[in-house]
Amino acid sequence: MAIFNLNINGKSMQVDVDPATPVLWVLRDHLDLVGTKYGCGVAACGACTIHLDGNAVRSCVMPVSSVGGSKITTIEGLSENGDHPVQKAWLEHDVPQCGYCQAGQIMSASALLSNNPNPSEEDIDNAMNGNICRCGTYLRIKAAVKTAAQNL
Amino acid sequence: MKSFIPVFKTREPQNKSEVFIPSRRDFLKLGSLATGGFLLGVNFQCSGPKGELLTFAPNVYLSIDSDNLVTIIAHRSEMGTGIRTSLPQIVADELGADWNKVKIVQAEGDEEKYGNQNTDGSFSVRMFYEPMRKAGATAKHMLVAAAAEKWGVPASECTTENGQVIHAGSNKKIDFGDLIEKVKDAPIPAPESVTLKDPSTFTLIGKDVAIYDNKAIATGKAVFGADVDLPNMKIAVVRRSPVVGAKVISYKDEKTLAIPGVSQVVKIDGAGIPPGLDKPLEGLAVIADNTWAAIKGADALEIEWDLGPNQSYNSEIQLEEMLASTAKDGKIRRTRGNFKTALQGAAKVIERTYAAPFYAHSTIEPPAAIADYKGDGTVEIWAPTQHPQWARQAVAAALDIDYQQVKMNVTLLGGGFGRKSKPDFVVEAALLSKAAKSPVRVQWTRQCDLNHDFYHSLSAQRIKATIDKDGKISGWNHHTVFPAIGATGNADEVHPSDGELGLGCTDFPYNVPHIQIETHESKAHTRIGWLRSVSNIHHSFAINCMMDELAEARGVDPVQQALEYLGEDRNITFTEEMPGGKYENYGEPIDAFPWNTGRMKRVIERVAKEAGWGNALPEGQSLGFASQKSFLTYVACIVKVQKDTNGKISIPEVHYAVDCGVAVNTDRIRSQFEGGAQFATSLVMTSAITFENGKVKQNNFDTYQIIRMPQSPKKIHVHIVESQEKPTGVGEPPVPPYIPALCNAMYKLTGERIFKLPFGA
Repeated sequence: MAIFNLNINGKSMQVDVDPATPVLWVLRDHLDLVGTKYGCGVAACGACTIHLDGNAVRSCVMPVSSVGGSKITTIEGLSENGDHPVQKAWLEHDVPQCGYCQAGQIMSASALLSNNPNPSEEDIDNAMNGNICRCGTYLRIKAAVKTAAQNL
Repeated sequence: MKSFIPVFKTREPQNKSEVFIPSRRDFLKLGSLATGGFLLGVNFQCSGPKGELLTFAPNVYLSIDSDNLVTIIAHRSEMGTGIRTSLPQIVADELGADWNKVKIVQAEGDEEKYGNQNTDGSFSVRMFYEPMRKAGATAKHMLVAAAAEKWGVPASECTTENGQVIHAGSNKKIDFGDLIEKVKDAPIPAPESVTLKDPSTFTLIGKDVAIYDNKAIATGKAVFGADVDLPNMKIAVVRRSPVVGAKVISYKDEKTLAIPGVSQVVKIDGAGIPPGLDKPLEGLAVIADNTWAAIKGADALEIEWDLGPNQSYNSEIQLEEMLASTAKDGKIRRTRGNFKTALQGAAKVIERTYAAPFYAHSTIEPPAAIADYKGDGTVEIWAPTQHPQWARQAVAAALDIDYQQVKMNVTLLGGGFGRKSKPDFVVEAALLSKAAKSPVRVQWTRQCDLNHDFYHSLSAQRIKATIDKDGKISGWNHHTVFPAIGATGNADEVHPSDGELGLGCTDFPYNVPHIQIETHESKAHTRIGWLRSVSNIHHSFAINCMMDELAEARGVDPVQQALEYLGEDRNITFTEEMPGGKYENYGEPIDAFPWNTGRMKRVIERVAKEAGWGNALPEGQSLGFASQKSFLTYVACIVKVQKDTNGKISIPEVHYAVDCGVAVNTDRIRSQFEGGAQFATSLVMTSAITFENGKVKQNNFDTYQIIRMPQSPKKIHVHIVESQEKPTGVGEPPVPPYIPALCNAMYKLTGERIFKLPFGA
């Protein structure tokens, strides 16, 4: 076990865990931030996507010991009032079905737009390729990403 | 648990009115028996001093507070269909509620109180449309009567709108909340006596209504199974028998117990063979303070298994055997005319085999459940379950307590598709909480999920069809073989049930004079369950691909052929052609929900028109057509495929036409079809579970592939037929026709027919 000081959603948080623990389980089990979901454990589905210094990463394969001083943002910290342009676009297009993958989808989409405010169709496909939606909401996700891009 | 398909085990109609609209007296009686939290936040302190919140609760689905809050109970499980919104939407429409002031509360599992809660078989709207209308209308009737009396006007001149009673003549308006004191103790009219709205005045039914949980989902606040946290809760990860029927001989857990945070290793006894639909598999559970320790602890277990009789099982070999068996005479399940006569008079015979693999549900939320076994012999559960009552019964049986001692809280489900009907994972949580003497969350990993599912069955089919000298389809001989769902509970069930055959096989609707449908024996070597649209998946694939091939052989258009062979508009039946069998009609009487050829023809005509069927297409594009009624909903589908200059295949466009009777939430109907097309694309192109030495070969999404955004169809158009027929469901019906429509389009594009799924892309 070891103590880690983490910067999460703008707050500093301390945990005492096995250094190999993936950030996903640190968030969910130790910090009560359960908006980030477990889907596969091998970075193959994107349900656990968070931002590390603004980039989308899969928290299920990232040991907490590798985070260092990087800033973590989770779905809970994406916006103060749930009004990030991507979140608003998600509501506008009624994207979710079951909703379980959507936090990860939103984190991938918001990271894409912060790095590329005007993504092409192909850019969106590439950025979202790592996020599975078993319900099949891909078309609405894509439409919402385009709407969000216009409202950034 | 009997080996039935719960899809069809739906209800006992004689209890319908009692169960569906319990009186307030029953509601209060049940409430008074209950422990804290039972009433889901509804305040029953109605008789307090003035100024206190008063509540009017005319039935179990609805209450209105004096502060104008309308609370509607969602008693069916939300797994992505939107049902948690659509049923309350019906209540609110009849009530005349202000939708923005409606709060939706999830019911716990209690079928005596709420009626059927088995969220499966696309029947939530079908079963509860009328009861929900009556629930809302009863409250409206009472509110209107109270306001009319207050104003001294006839009740017939009053109506409700946006949470108010309105008298148009005098322009008087009053909030529902201001009438609560007057109505809360008034006699409740019989549901049959209240007047329902004229459908032309619906304000919510038939509209696009956003799902209630959208904002919670988009902000990460929605609560799914694994999100529930209890004080002192432990986490369990289980190593289950790698082969169904395997037993633990011995194990070493020193390395596991040495991992910080791991507290205990608990053996779960499996049922063996047959494994059962509601029992856990044999396994060893590692109980820990956190999930990571439990995962590592489970990995570190050294287990010696007696793998049992399924250890030599190989699914490809079984598939070959099943395909070979279809060439022999089988058990006759439907017969019309004499197929031999058709063969003798045939100018042409087309004979094809079709194969489809096991499929896993792979809900994006792997199974997880939380149980808190208390010292007094009661247990409280939180679970993403499609069938809370079955889960209660299975938990009660495993713990040897009465099911009334099992309190079942239902969370949101991160996908269901039939997987979360089975209560095995809920039972695990209950057993482990008892063993650990603390609350326990059992967490399935993705590998657990893919290795230990209740799979959609492996299937082999052979269709022999004859064309006579006049170019007419004269004979249809369909052989189907697949390990039955029933075999999971009873190893002696080696033929598919009437229920499974009624899903797209014995309900072959076409006017062909000689029909013979046969089944063959096959055994289950794993757990078989039901996956979104069940055996319609493989039956629709085979039947619609053969119909397409027949149209080509006859030199006719497949759309025209379907219309021709559906014949004149009429209701058709099947049971009389099923020797010793019965057409189940999805659990509904055939006279109440007839199979109407006219409704099917209308959706076929509509989809052909909308998709531009028959128009010239650019080079490298083609269309495929199929139609399939399932779960009492009529659907036709046209898929467009495209091959670009690099040979890459894509799906630029899909058209669906659907007749599901009254359309309740049009946006959620469209979303089910959009998602259904994508779900079915995975079944056709990318997904398959295979077994070698009794073990599943696919461990994660790298090998069990689900389509991703780049492979998704680019446009999906859903054309909803306006209808005043009884509403039917839309969760499953999008899947069956899409599968062969895509295959038929691929044939047009490549010249190669598809006889085995998945075909890869």
